[in-house]
Amino acid sequence: MTARSLVDRAGTAFALVIVAGVFGTLIGPQFFSPGNLELMARQTAIVSMAAIGMTIVIVAGGIDLSVGSIIALCTVVIALLLRMGVSPLGAAAGAVVAGGVCGLVNGVLITQLRVVPFIVTLGTMLVIRGAAKGLAEERRIEAPVSWLNDLLRVPRGGALLPSGIWAVIALALIIAGLLRYTPFGRHVFAIGSNERMARLCGVAITRTKIVVYVLTAAFAGFAGLLQFSKLSVGDPTVAVGLELDVIAAVIIGGGSLAGGRGTVAGTLIGAAIMTVIQIGCSQQGLANWVQQIVTGGIIVAAVALDRMRTAA
Amino acid sequence: MRGIRKAFGATIALDGVDLAVSPGEICGLIGQNGAGKSTLMSVLAGALAPDGGTMAIDGQPYAPSSPIEGRRAGVAMIYQELSLAPHLSVMENILLGAEPTRYGLLDRSRMRELAQRALADLGHDDIPPDAPVGTLSVAAQQLVEIARALAVGCRVLVLDEPTSSLGRADVERLFTLLRRLKTHGHAIVYISHFIEEVKEVADRFIVLRDGRNAGGGSTADASRDAIVALMVGSSVSNLFPRSPRRRGDPILEVTALEPGAASFTLHRGEILGIAGLIGSGRTRLLRTLFGLEPVRKGRVRMAAFEGAATPHARWRQGMGMLSEDRKEEGLALALDIADNLTLTRLSPFGAAGLLSPSRQRAAASRWIERMDIKCAGASQHVGELSGGNQQKIALARLLQHDVDVLVLDEPTRGIDVGSKAQIYRLIDALVADSPGRAPKAIVMVSSYLPELLGLCDRIAVMRRGRLGAPTPAEGISEHELMMAATGGGIGE
Repeated sequence: MTARSLVDRAGTAFALVIVAGVFGTLIGPQFFSPGNLELMARQTAIVSMAAIGMTIVIVAGGIDLSVGSIIALCTVVIALLLRMGVSPLGAAAGAVVAGGVCGLVNGVLITQLRVVPFIVTLGTMLVIRGAAKGLAEERRIEAPVSWLNDLLRVPRGGALLPSGIWAVIALALIIAGLLRYTPFGRHVFAIGSNERMARLCGVAITRTKIVVYVLTAAFAGFAGLLQFSKLSVGDPTVAVGLELDVIAAVIIGGGSLAGGRGTVAGTLIGAAIMTVIQIGCSQQGLANWVQQIVTGGIIVAAVALDRMRTAA
Repeated sequence: MRGIRKAFGATIALDGVDLAVSPGEICGLIGQNGAGKSTLMSVLAGALAPDGGTMAIDGQPYAPSSPIEGRRAGVAMIYQELSLAPHLSVMENILLGAEPTRYGLLDRSRMRELAQRALADLGHDDIPPDAPVGTLSVAAQQLVEIARALAVGCRVLVLDEPTSSLGRADVERLFTLLRRLKTHGHAIVYISHFIEEVKEVADRFIVLRDGRNAGGGSTADASRDAIVALMVGSSVSNLFPRSPRRRGDPILEVTALEPGAASFTLHRGEILGIAGLIGSGRTRLLRTLFGLEPVRKGRVRMAAFEGAATPHARWRQGMGMLSEDRKEEGLALALDIADNLTLTRLSPFGAAGLLSPSRQRAAASRWIERMDIKCAGASQHVGELSGGNQQKIALARLLQHDVDVLVLDEPTRGIDVGSKAQIYRLIDALVADSPGRAPKAIVMVSSYLPELLGLCDRIAVMRRGRLGAPTPAEGISEHELMMAATGGGIGE
């Protein structure tokens, strides 16, 4: 680990400590009670899951605005599959596959049409949202009760955390390793840092980018699974605008929209900062609009601080 | 301009240059690539502040702190790359930043009138003022840019290589226009590599060499030969080591390749140099060889491989390329040294699809030591290093990959003399005849002629997109190379 990446990560963690400290002082020690911490973990699970995938695409110098729509589509897919009598595990796999297919479409359009990712995924954001609504016939889809509904429930037995949180942690470790310890991961950084150099060095740019978008969307599929678990129905109108929270988590966590920079750990801390603000504000009795102003301010401040630090 | 000095770090770009132009005169500014022409003109335009020297316009001291001030003082630059807004109309471009208004709103009829007058002054009222600039030919766009310069009242007009993308007929029209502006009392500086052009259009010429005035005079009295002699000077250098070389098997065969009209065979143990002016198509030829640009015609056979190639395939076939543009294409400045060095081939640094960053760093550390790269360690970001050290990393990537054919585009551009000497030694060692190791083969482009003559076995000259036949470097002089590169500048 280089000195700089240590500073990067420590910087974000430091911000989390400050934010948590402020609310801890305002609200009192019960803010850090195990129950409250677990509440925050559950609250942040969906955004965190999607943000792990978003980290990959942002490191590669791209963006994916369609993840909110993919999450909605996946809740619908799960509900429909469960109603058709597919096993819960099959339905969950179906959601991830559906997400991956959306990502394949994004990746192929971006690399073959050579349209910038922002525009392509802005388009597919609407297309996928429309497809989700069409598939659900513009209704919420009730689904038979299964263990999928318990992913974010407080566990009854000895397990410390809900299984959905464990899934976030496990997948975060896998992606962090993928980015650091595989040729694919180094290629993602190379493309995001300097695509022309990556081409000169023989990196298979088209293939790598398509895999990046598939992975990102598959993580939106996992996030859709958690979203379904929270709702226990398939809802094509859920998670509108969630992509912005997801992107914000990556950016607060040290990711650069110019590409080449970002870490999974930073992203998770970024998501945690946003959740602490949300829960802290609501437990402090502050209105929703205050939360939004504070979160918005944090996003700009995080990036401005980062610029100052790298410029210095 | 008197005694202008400018240094970038340790590199002295201008060392006391004088330049004077009178109203009603065209002065040609000539010099090799890197002689300091562009730096001098940036100082004149106000884009760079000189370290020393004075400037005056009409006897008034002139010390612009920005290009805008330069413009206000009446200095206008027309660069090779035109700076127009392609989506705006001709008249909007001409009056950009100086739009006539009435009650705070654009006065479009007055705009049209002013633009038409400016174009008519140039003798080109055939250009429609309402057309979007992007739809015009390059020649017409250049006229629009000149019209803009005149519309804001410029007195000193600087043209940097204005004919590089013009056809013969357009060049004629441009020259007619410049003569006309001259009679209107404008002072014009005309920068060009092409000596014939300067002789045709300019009254006087000034030659820069290594950041100093090398000479000048009336174009009518100077022969082409004499001007070339001033450009080249008599630089002798023993920077260039020569180990014994033995020409081995052919490894790269190029037959009637388009773009570039190139045919040559490169052998192991040999360096082929490509000389030519900037913009003559040298870089494009190298990029085509490496699969970065499509082959339009002809064949390239690399070792046992033939047919269309991608950079990915080239690396695997044993060919590596060093880009001329270190920052934009050569390196990822935000990544660390180890990543930059090992990117082309990561497989030796791990097993079962996983990478070991510590092994990457260990390999990088070996190259840092071998190539004497000044840095804090293998995990330092490349962007924090000096140009010379960055270039060594870009070159070390090819050595780390252990390619057989090295395609080097301006391997010593913009780096300090110490690093240059080290890179020369390294290049020489790669092709040296030594027992137990097959020598490499190198094809390199350079704008610095002593470097080509000092390192290469054979040299081919590229001129206006066509590569000449390679000739043995021994016995050629810089003078002859420069004549070949600039020869027949116009009129062919």
